Amino acid sequence: MSAIELQDVTVELGGRAVVDRVAATVASGEWLALIGPNGAGKTSLLRAIARLVPYFGSIALEGRSTSSLSRTELSRLLAVVPQEPSTPPWMTVSEYVLLGRTPYLGPLGKESVRDRDAAGRALSRLDLLEYGARRLGTLSGGEKQRVVVARALAQDARIVLLDEPTAALDIGHQQQALELLDSLRAESGLTLVAAMHDLTLAAQYADRMLLLDGGRVVLEGAPAEVLTEAALAAHYGATIDVVAVDGRVAVVPRRIRRS
Amino acid sequence: MKALRRGREADAFRDLPAGPESARADSGPSRTTEDIRARGLTPLWAAGAVGFLVLSLLVGVVSGPIDLGVGAVLESAGAHLHLPGATSPLSSTEEAILWEIRVPRVVLGALVGGMLALAGATYQGVFRNPLADPYLLGVAAGAGLGATVAIAYLPEGLRGQRALPIAAFLGGSAAVVLTYAVGRSARRERDAATLVLAGVTVAAFFTAWQTFLQQQNTDTLQQVYTWILGSIPSTGWPDVVLILPYVAVAGVVILALRRVVDVLSLGDDEAATLGVHVGRVRLALVVAATLGTAAAVAVTGLIGFVGIIVPHAIRLVSGMSYRALLPLSAIVGAGFLVLADVIARTALSPAEIPLGVVTAFFGAPFFALVLRSTRGGVG
Repeated sequence: MSAIELQDVTVELGGRAVVDRVAATVASGEWLALIGPNGAGKTSLLRAIARLVPYFGSIALEGRSTSSLSRTELSRLLAVVPQEPSTPPWMTVSEYVLLGRTPYLGPLGKESVRDRDAAGRALSRLDLLEYGARRLGTLSGGEKQRVVVARALAQDARIVLLDEPTAALDIGHQQQALELLDSLRAESGLTLVAAMHDLTLAAQYADRMLLLDGGRVVLEGAPAEVLTEAALAAHYGATIDVVAVDGRVAVVPRRIRRS
Repeated sequence: MKALRRGREADAFRDLPAGPESARADSGPSRTTEDIRARGLTPLWAAGAVGFLVLSLLVGVVSGPIDLGVGAVLESAGAHLHLPGATSPLSSTEEAILWEIRVPRVVLGALVGGMLALAGATYQGVFRNPLADPYLLGVAAGAGLGATVAIAYLPEGLRGQRALPIAAFLGGSAAVVLTYAVGRSARRERDAATLVLAGVTVAAFFTAWQTFLQQQNTDTLQQVYTWILGSIPSTGWPDVVLILPYVAVAGVVILALRRVVDVLSLGDDEAATLGVHVGRVRLALVVAATLGTAAAVAVTGLIGFVGIIVPHAIRLVSGMSYRALLPLSAIVGAGFLVLADVIARTALSPAEIPLGVVTAFFGAPFFALVLRSTRGGVG
C-alpha cells in the first residue's frame, strides 16, 4: 500500500489554482523531494496533504482518505516540520518535544509515562537528551531545527512532511540535518516528503523528485531523470551545469555574462 | 551531463555529530524519562503564590479607617470557622464591618483580579500577542456602553445595584458576540489576527457610541467617568454571589485547557497538525475568558493593566509555559488587585483613588523593574 496517494489535487488561492490537478504516489519508506521555482505550489501541496488548506481532488494516506480522518487521527499518521516553526523562547526543549504527544492526549489530557518515554526516545535519537531543560530561546538555529524534528518524531507518525527543512541552516548543518532525516527514515521506515530549494542536496538524499511549475507536475522520477540542464532552463530559467558525483547528480550554476 | 570525480567533499561526511545509535547507547529513554517533563505548577511556586494571596487578603481585611487588629481578625475568622476554643473579640459593629464590608470587598477584589489576570494570560496565548489584554475583543467598550446607558437612562431606583452590572455584562457580551460575527463574516474565522482586528473595529464603534451618549448626558458624566476608571464596591456579598458562577466556570474551563494554550502558542497551523481543533478550542477559551471578564468588569468597572502586567511579570520571573503561567496568574492577580484596592481606599482616605489609576501607577514601575532585572524575553 502506498503511503500517500494524490489524485487530481487542486488548491485555489484567491481564485487562482496554485496547485493544479496534481497526481502522485509516494511509496512507504520513500523520500520524495518536491522541487520547483518560487511559487510553483510546493508549500501549498504540502499544506493540502496536511489538510491545512481546502483542496479539490482526493488525498489518501495509507489507503484512507484524509477527509474521512479526524484531526487527531490525521496527526497520528502525519507530522509536519514547517519552514518557519514557532519556537516560543520560554519553552524548554522537553516541553516543546512533549507537545508532539498532543494527538494522544485529548484537550484535557496530561502526559503519561508512555508519552514521556516517546519524547525521550525522540530526544535520544536526535542526540538532544542533554538539552531537555534548556529554553528554546537559548538554542542556535541548528539546534532548534533538531528540536523541531524531535517534536515531529515524538508524534510517532509514519509520514513526515518537511517544508524547506534546511532553509535557515549553513551548509554543514544542512548536511547534518538531512543525514539525520535519512538515518531516521532507514531506522523507522518513515516516509518523507520534503519541499527543497537546494537541488544538489535534494538529489543527494531523495529517492524521487516531483518538479512542480505553475502548480502542475512537469517532471517526475529519479533525481538524474528530473535534474537535466534542459528542464532546469525551462522551469527555473536557470543556466546550470548538471554534473555527476559518485552516481548522484549535482547542479552548478553558471555565469551567463563574464566581464 | 558532465562527470566529476568525488573529491574532498566526501570528507565532509566524516565530521557529523554522534549518530542516533551512539546516543541511544549512552542514555536510554528509561533512565531519563523522569527528566523529560513539562514544568507544571511546582510546589514551590504554588506555595509562594498562595502565600502572597493569603498575605494580601489579610492586609486587605485589616486595612481601613477602623483598626481591627490582625490578631482579632484571625480570632474572629477562627470563630466563624468554628475552630475549637475560638471566640471573636470584636464587637458586633466591628464584626459587621469585617464580615459584611471588608471581607466581601476583599473577596470580590480577589475574584476580579484573578479573573482579569487569567483572562489576560489566556488571550496572550490564544492570540499569540504579548500585548493582548482581557479587553481585546471589545468587552470593555461594550461594558462601558452598557453601563453608560444604565446610568444615563434608567431611573435612579432601577439603576441601583442590579441594573448597572447587568447592563454592563450584556453590553460586554454583545460586543464580543459582534466581534465574532464580524470575524466570521471575513470567512477566516480560524485566523486569530482577523478576530483581533474585528475586536478593534467593534471596540471603536462601541466607544464612539458610549462617548456620544456620555456627552449627551452631562448630568451623569461624573458617575460614568467614575465607573469607567474602576473600583471595587463595598456593597457586601451580593456582588460576590453575582459574579462567582461566571468566574468559577471561566476558571475551570481555562485551567482545564491550559496545556492546549501551550499548543496554540505555536500558531494555528502547527496546533492543527498536532491534532488540535483550533477553532473549537479557541472559541471555548475565548468564551470562558470573555464571560469571566464581562462579569468582573460589570461590578468593578474597567480596571486596566492587571491582565497584562501580572502574566508578564510571572513569565519574566519564572519563565514558565502557559500550563503553569495560567494558574499562577490567577492566584497572583487576585493578590495584586486586593493590594491595589487597599492603596486605592487608604492612600487618600476617606476619599478613594480610582482603582485603574492605582493598578497603572504602581504596576507600571514594577513591571519596568521586572523587565530590567531579568534577561528573559517578552512574548
